[in-house]
Parts: sequence; structure tokens; C-alpha cells
Amino acid sequence: MQKATIQLETLSCPSCLQKIDSAVKGLDGVEKDSVKVMFNASKVKVNFDEAVTTIENIENAIENLGYPVVKSKVKVA
Amino acid sequence: MQRAILDMKNLITLISATLIILGFYGRFGLGNMFVFDLSLIIATVIGIAPIAIQAYQALKVKVISIDVLVTIAVIGALLIQNYEESAIVTFLFLFGSYLEQRTLKRTRSAIKELTEMAPESALKQNAAGEFEEVDVDDVDEGDVLLVKTGAKIPVDGTVLTGEGHINEASITGESVPVSKMNGSEVFAGTILENGTIQIKADRVGEDTTFGQIIELVEEAQDSKSEAERFIDRFSKYYTPAVLVLGVIVWLFTNNVELAITVLVLGCPGALVIGVPVSNVAGIGNGARNGVLLKGSEVINDFSKVDTILFDKTGTLTIGNPEVAEKKFYGDDMDEVLGYLASVERESDHPLAKAVLQDIGPTTFSDVDETEVVKGGGIIAKVAGRRVAVGNVALMEKENVELNETVRKDLKRFEKNGNSLVLTAVDGVLQVLMGIRDQIRPGVKAELQNLKKLGVKNLVVLSGDNQGTVDAVASELGLTEAYGHMLPEDKSAHLEKLQSEGQIVAFVGDGVNDSPSLALADIGIAMGTGTDVAIETSDVVLVNSDFSRLTHALGLTKVTARNMKQNITIAVGVVLILLAALLFSNWMNMTIGMLVHELSILVVIFNAMRLMIYRRRNRNVNANATVG
Repeated sequence: MQKATIQLETLSCPSCLQKIDSAVKGLDGVEKDSVKVMFNASKVKVNFDEAVTTIENIENAIENLGYPVVKSKVKVA
Repeated sequence: MQRAILDMKNLITLISATLIILGFYGRFGLGNMFVFDLSLIIATVIGIAPIAIQAYQALKVKVISIDVLVTIAVIGALLIQNYEESAIVTFLFLFGSYLEQRTLKRTRSAIKELTEMAPESALKQNAAGEFEEVDVDDVDEGDVLLVKTGAKIPVDGTVLTGEGHINEASITGESVPVSKMNGSEVFAGTILENGTIQIKADRVGEDTTFGQIIELVEEAQDSKSEAERFIDRFSKYYTPAVLVLGVIVWLFTNNVELAITVLVLGCPGALVIGVPVSNVAGIGNGARNGVLLKGSEVINDFSKVDTILFDKTGTLTIGNPEVAEKKFYGDDMDEVLGYLASVERESDHPLAKAVLQDIGPTTFSDVDETEVVKGGGIIAKVAGRRVAVGNVALMEKENVELNETVRKDLKRFEKNGNSLVLTAVDGVLQVLMGIRDQIRPGVKAELQNLKKLGVKNLVVLSGDNQGTVDAVASELGLTEAYGHMLPEDKSAHLEKLQSEGQIVAFVGDGVNDSPSLALADIGIAMGTGTDVAIETSDVVLVNSDFSRLTHALGLTKVTARNMKQNITIAVGVVLILLAALLFSNWMNMTIGMLVHELSILVVIFNAMRLMIYRRRNRNVNANATVG
């Protein structure tokens, strides 16, 4: 299990949170309870199974919603 | 394609503004309706594109967002050929979100500044013994790092070689540089002002004190209070409800205009943003002023506090006992002080340290037959003479005569809040010393300020004797004082107050008060960045300046009030808009959108006031401290 912290560009609408939250939770290999979208910090914290999905996959899902990823950090959880 | 359109959102906003101006010029300047309609249609179509894309993405993950409402409303307006409304509503929505983003950035700037203080790179010793620059994430515990003048200490560690002065303001709030040499502890995020040192990494990344502070503040700004979670749940159903309402209006009145106006007016705009924006601005202000607040629940609780309990030593006092008063009864004082120092040198009692410090350099004699009397003091043979050092009980046990004068002195010393140390040589009293812990500067004035802010009870709980505690309490104007308290007595007292329905804060140094810090409604750790303190407390004051406590309380009060104002503004706006729609005939989509966007800006600007909050009477206090 990997633990990722993804820094996004400033989030400005709280309803973005719901979108990002649902999109990331909808991915295979993502631990659903671990998904945390932080509005003010503009960060996404998530645990995922590196055998099923990759950090690039998660980043893509978020970027496709129109929220650019600034950088992400992955650590072994 | 979708990404490209979203990336060009700002440009699109600008173009749509230009087209709207062009259209109005065409109509009123040239009297040409064709130019008017065409410009506004183009403005609508390009303007709605990014909104529609976001709406589509939201629907894909089964969320009915504001974008969905606006897109439907604008398409509806296009269909009934109301191009003026469709274009202006689209523009206002885009421009509003642009301003929102800009202003929101401001409210978050304080915390951003803090996180940007985190070190990014380090000079790490490689296998060949040379130092090379690496990303701070690549530093592991045990690595040897080189830090040059002007650089940030990358990790928490220990100095191996070299010396220098370090500015530790980012951790302690104290900007006077601290001297570091071989074996000194250094902290990540602090700055080496001069010198060059090599350090061994002890803790890295999020485990460093600075990393924990950042983590705490970042989590805090997004933590949610009960009220906020309610609003979240509410808005989850609110937006779909507005959509349903719009459909119902349309079905019953067959009036598209009215139906789409309902959609725009019902946008929850300011409601969802009002509370988080106050929260981030308040917590940001705290972070900048050395007050770490762990989230909006803490802000709410602390703003309503009834009683503040203080630990004495290290909180109200400096925690470094000193000899404050002394009286000599014999003749050859140098000799006696030499004996006293010789005895105290063998003890690790905190009072002994104070005595030694007070005596300073002296001639030490050999000490033997040392006997420690529990709860009394020490009896020893020094240079063949019997020396007793301790309290009154020990003197009485030793049959030392305490005459009328001495008794008076004892009373006076005790009343002044001293712990007493008496010294007798061969059964005759020679010296009386009164030792006390100095009260922190400015505490008295700050306690008054806490009262002014509405705290009803200020109570000191201490393990010291009742006399000392009473003296401190009356000097500081505390409402109650309890001595002889063990840590478990403190938490029992705290629970008793809570069971009486009081909201209780506990202020301690975080070293031995963890149970009380954790139990209190608001646990406040003062003057330490220790792991335990950061973990168990709700508020961390990063240095021991007592005025931070008053700042913290004042800040939570204005922040809590600010949140309520923002909720009132948001709810009020929606109610007024809907009422205006029902009972007047001037309300339309454009005005509705304009008011909404304005209300969002109003709540953001309202929250921004928190960023500049400072206690008004601060200067007065500073003077009082000096005087």
C-alpha cells in the first residue's frame, strides 16, 4: 500500500471537493476511506495499492476534471 | 480539448467581457440589433463552454454542482432568446470565480508562507565523504549533513562539528540567535545566521518539529466543525433540490424565464465557502503569531471558555527557582556559606541548585555522614561540624532554637511566596533563604485581559505548598488557587468542573500535564514544541510569551463570530433573493447572479479582516510589563 499526497493548484470552489472525492474514490486500487480532499490546503491525500493502480493514474483522474496537479509525494504506507 | 478550454478560462472571461461591451455599443451606439444579438450569443457560447465541461464532469461522478445549475439556466435563456441575460450571467459567473480564486489565495497566504519556510534541499555526505546537494526528501536518519551560513537547517539533528548561531524563530518565535556547538540540538526550518556546522540527522521530514507544526496547521485549516459538516450535508441535497424546484416551477407555470431564474437564485455560493474561508484566515493569523489552533472545533470551543486552569511552575512562573530573599543570623558568613554549598553540591533537589547559584564561587569542604531526611532536608558532617539544611520541621527535629525574630522572618518570607531553606551549624541557626520561582513578565496584565475577554474563572493548580500557591494567586489576581496537587488530582479537579457544565481550558507546559491537556475541552500547551504537547493539546503556543494566550482567545472569539456572520450573510442573501423573486418584479437572473457573486466576495473580504486581527490594547500591556 502506498500513501500519496497530491498538491493541486488553489482550489476555489468547495463543490470541486465533491467531484475530486468521487472521481478518486471511483478508481480501482484506491482505498476509499483514505481519500481526503483538503480545500484550503488544496491537497488530496490517498492510499492506493501499487499493484492495481499508479500515482499517474490518480493524477490523471484529477487533472481530467480540470484541476492541475502541482506535485505529488508517494511514500510506503 | 476539455483541458485546453479550462486552461483558457481567464482568457475566455476577458473575451466574453469584450463581446458584451461591443454588443451594447452596437445596440445603443450604432442602433444595430444584429450586432447586439450576435456578440452576446458568441459571448454566451464561449463563456458557457468551461462551465458546461465542469458540469458534465460533475454529473459523470454523480454530483449536481453549481455549474450544472448555471449551465441549465444559461441554455434555457438562450432557448427563450434572452441573449442579454445569458451572456451577462455567464460572464458574471466566470468573473466571480476568478475573483474568488484571487481573494481566496490571499486568505491562505499566512499558512502558505509557513509551509514555504520548510527546507527543500540539503548538503549530504556521500560514500566518498564529499557533500552533495540533494532533495530534503532524500535525507535519511543518521545521514551527515553540512550547513553553511545563511542556509536552513534541513532536518532535526545534532551538531557533530563546527559552531554557529541559529535563528530559531520558526520554532520558538524567539528571534534572538542561539549559539550552537558540538552536541547541540538543531531544528529543521531554523536558519544558521553565521558559522558552518556539520550535523547528524535525527528526525527527518514530517517527524521534525517543524514538519509536525506544518502538518498540524495544514490539517487544522481543513478540519471541520459540527456546524460545517451540517452545511456540507445540507449543500449536498440543496443543489439537487434547487434543480427540482426549478423543474416544478417550469411544469406549473410553464414560464421558462421564471424557472431558470430560480436555478440561478438558488445557487448556494456564499454558504459553502463562508465558514472554511473564516477558518483558514483565523488559523493563518494564529500561525503567523505563534498560536497553533487545531481546527474550527477548537476555535468554537475556546471562544466559549468559562474557566482556565493554569499549571504554576513553567506556566505562570518561569520554572527556574531563584533565591529571592535571605537573612543571616551568625557572624562568619563566608564559612557558613561554604558549608552550605558543600552540602547542596551533593543534592540534585531543584532548591539546592538555586542555593548554589546564589552562593556562587566559594571554598568547598569535605562532606561525610550525609543523611537525607525525607520531607525535611539534609544533615551532614562538614569539616567536623554538624550542618543541617532544610525546612522548619528539620530544624525543630534538630532542636535548633527559633526565636521571636526568626519566627517573624519565617512568616514574612512565606507570605511572599517563598519556599524556605534554613541552615544550622552545630545546632545554631545561621542562614534563612527564601527561594521562589519568578513570575513570567506581563502575566498579571495578560490575566486581566483574559478576564476582559469574558473568562469567568482563572485557577492555578500546583504541586507546590498552599502558601506559595496562594501568594502567586493573590499577586496575579487569580480567582482560585489549589496547592499540593498531583497530576491525577489536577485531572480530577478538571473533570469536576466539566461535570458542572463549564467549558474548561487547561494551560500547561506539556511535560507532566498530558492527562489534563488531553481531558480539557481545550488543552493549551505553552512554550514547547515537544511531540507530546503537539499531539495531546488543542492549542499550541510556540513560545512562552504569555500574551500569545490572550491573542489566541481573542482570535478564536473574533473567528467564531466571523463564521456566524458569514453564515448569516449567505443564508440571508438566498432568502432575500427568493423573496424578491416572489414579491417583486425587478428580480431577474442577472441581478441574482450579480448579488450571489457579490455575496461570495463579501464573505471572503469579511474573513480577510481576521488576517489583520491584533488585540487593540497590546501596546498598553507592553508598557505595563515594563513598569
